[in-house]
Amino acid sequence: MSDHAWLLLAAFLLVLFVAGKALAMYIVRVMDGRLRVCGAIERPLFRWCGIRAGEESGWLAYAAALLLFNLLGLLAVYALQRLQVFLPLNPQGFAGVSPDSALNTAISFVANTNWQGYGGETTMSYLTQMLGLTVQNFLSAATGIVVAIALIRGFVRHSAKTIGNAWVDLTRVTLFILLPLSFAIAIGLASQGVIQNFSAYKEVATLDTVHYVQPKLDAAGQPAVDAAGQALSDSVSTQTQTLAMGPVASQEAIKMLGTNGGGFFNANSAHPFENPTPLANFIEMLAIFLIPCALCFVFGEMVGDRRQGWAVLAAMTLLFVTLAVAAMSFEQQANPLLTALGVDPAGGNMEGKEARFGIADSALFAAITTAASCGAVNAMHDSFSPLGGMVPLVAMQLGEVVFGGTGTGLYGMLAFAVLAVFIAGLMVGRTPEYLGKKIEAHEMKMTSLAILVTPLLVLLGTAVAASVDAGRVGVANPGAHGFSEILYAFTSAANNNGSAFAGLSANTPFYNVMLGIAMWFGRFGVIVPVLAMAGSLAAKKRLTAGSGTLPTHGPLFVGLLVGVVLLVGLLNYIPALALGPIVEHLQLWVAR
Amino acid sequence: MKTLLQDTFRPGLSLFVLLTLIAGVAYPLAVTGVVSALLPDEAAGSLIVRDGQPVGSRLIGQSFTDAKYFWGRPSATAPQPYNAAASGGSNQGPLNPALVDAVQARIAALKAADPDNALPIPADLVSASGSGLDPHISPAAAAYQLARVARVRGLDAQAVAALVEQNSEGRQWGFLGEARVNVLALNLALDALK
Repeated sequence: MSDHAWLLLAAFLLVLFVAGKALAMYIVRVMDGRLRVCGAIERPLFRWCGIRAGEESGWLAYAAALLLFNLLGLLAVYALQRLQVFLPLNPQGFAGVSPDSALNTAISFVANTNWQGYGGETTMSYLTQMLGLTVQNFLSAATGIVVAIALIRGFVRHSAKTIGNAWVDLTRVTLFILLPLSFAIAIGLASQGVIQNFSAYKEVATLDTVHYVQPKLDAAGQPAVDAAGQALSDSVSTQTQTLAMGPVASQEAIKMLGTNGGGFFNANSAHPFENPTPLANFIEMLAIFLIPCALCFVFGEMVGDRRQGWAVLAAMTLLFVTLAVAAMSFEQQANPLLTALGVDPAGGNMEGKEARFGIADSALFAAITTAASCGAVNAMHDSFSPLGGMVPLVAMQLGEVVFGGTGTGLYGMLAFAVLAVFIAGLMVGRTPEYLGKKIEAHEMKMTSLAILVTPLLVLLGTAVAASVDAGRVGVANPGAHGFSEILYAFTSAANNNGSAFAGLSANTPFYNVMLGIAMWFGRFGVIVPVLAMAGSLAAKKRLTAGSGTLPTHGPLFVGLLVGVVLLVGLLNYIPALALGPIVEHLQLWVAR
Repeated sequence: MKTLLQDTFRPGLSLFVLLTLIAGVAYPLAVTGVVSALLPDEAAGSLIVRDGQPVGSRLIGQSFTDAKYFWGRPSATAPQPYNAAASGGSNQGPLNPALVDAVQARIAALKAADPDNALPIPADLVSASGSGLDPHISPAAAAYQLARVARVRGLDAQAVAALVEQNSEGRQWGFLGEARVNVLALNLALDALK
């Protein structure tokens, strides 16, 4: 790995920890309702909505409220896409989105996945982008954060019946955390050149004439073929270029900050209007990890023992640095097939990458966006080297707990922490406890559900898609890489990441429905057991730590936690990885 | 059931509408207001205007195939390269025969335009960018083409090298990204020499 890559990684982590720590102090105060200015803003809003801020609820009512809130979001995003042709702010006159694609996208944005079967600048009106997608970028991020806060309350409270008021929590996270941060990030990105306007697409005159071949269409608008069945095409030349426009900066900011990842444009953060400079890229990378990192400090602060937060953060950082170094090293290696053609190997694997980012800033972005459940991409993962492309796959398959999504990363990692103390308890024959709470059968059932639902969705979904024609027909690359494309799609959907090996043609009824199911259950199949665990933990008495209690803040526990995450992740996925990227790597380097 | 409706549905629906209006209308409009006041050029797409006509954006590359221009990154957008209304990469995997064929064809085109060039072929000059709209090439990719452009235009190589230098940027803040040359800006500067 180059000096530049090490420097970039070190600078990133340093800025991240300082910013995350500062933000954490603010988040704790906001969620407690201790800030007077926030109180003055929220009180009239609560009155208008009929929300009684003083009343808290148990886990079941809390979960019901979140589900209702997300179902409303699902309806709104679906309706906006279907009806956009009749609605304003559609300068390109885009038609309504097909039912299966609209449903997939609605689930995708509600579930904080932001998997995209469509290309943004060729499908969505500005109104749909703002009122549907941008809104869900906020609300799905807020949903994840409030679940994490509710779980922390489960550890903090004892002999309690309630875990919080969902409406109050959602309002505070959205208005006082996500909105001001997004605003600042949007201005920062705009200063680098991210566009923000409502103009129709702009035509410009190009310097050179562009010659290209265009498929001929018949009277019905279908590709025309000659008598032998060969597709017909026309040679065309043009001297104009059409530049897609839109309110991008406002959406880009929350897309990163909320670990959403759904691009305004098809090329996502590789598009120069979404991510114009290396500094914009650095801001975007920081925005992805900022809240997941801050929530580790929030956790330590709220449970009254900062070392607990540091331990979780240390486990995440260890795993992340390993992933990032691997990605940056593998991508620096040139493709040997191209070196054989005379291409200078010093450039590394540049297929699908942007010149302003180069190898290090692209590979680091890939590790960050998949370690967190963001899914934005600044380079095409499908064109990564076999092992370089395996890094994003593995990062997601660890369960999106290496920083993870906003809130989801922390509650996912805390589920692994519960599993770790349980395994440690089994080894020494003691009832496991974590943060003064006895871990019993009910908690272990909920933890197991939360940890196992995603591998089940990924492996079953991949198996089905790889065995039916409707699944195999979408594959773009031949051989093992094609299998990787399918595995990546289900891994990304069920873990609510949203990035893709984008060669896969996933905008078909088969994939829209299959991946929609994976996204929904990968989201709420985890949230509900986590909230159930929060409820039962809150009801328990607090134990004082004894001589036999496993300390959960030292290096021993960090090692144990990392070990459990790796053990579960690897045992689930090694066979599937062996069929995809590992075979491909051997074919590329050994079999020739 | 009645209490569930009262206690959950009304607050939920009201809050959803309220937050939708704040995050989906007020927020993007506020950003638009501030950005178009403070950064009007960036907000509109960093357009380059020549003789009163927009000829492109500083941030969006264009397709160049004429030997008198510096060529940019290969673009995988459809149907034409550098289609800025439908961005995207090739998504070809490393073992895909189509990738090897495409790179071979790009090398052949470079060699045909400049048969005697013995420099190593820079990777970014023969591999498609992620967006298909990459406005930049590496300094090595500019150096590879310098002699050809100077010869076709009948210019002194040093004069062309000076223009390359003027349209180059180093790493931002010294440690972010890579050094790069803006292809459209460079070609505009070349055309302006006459």
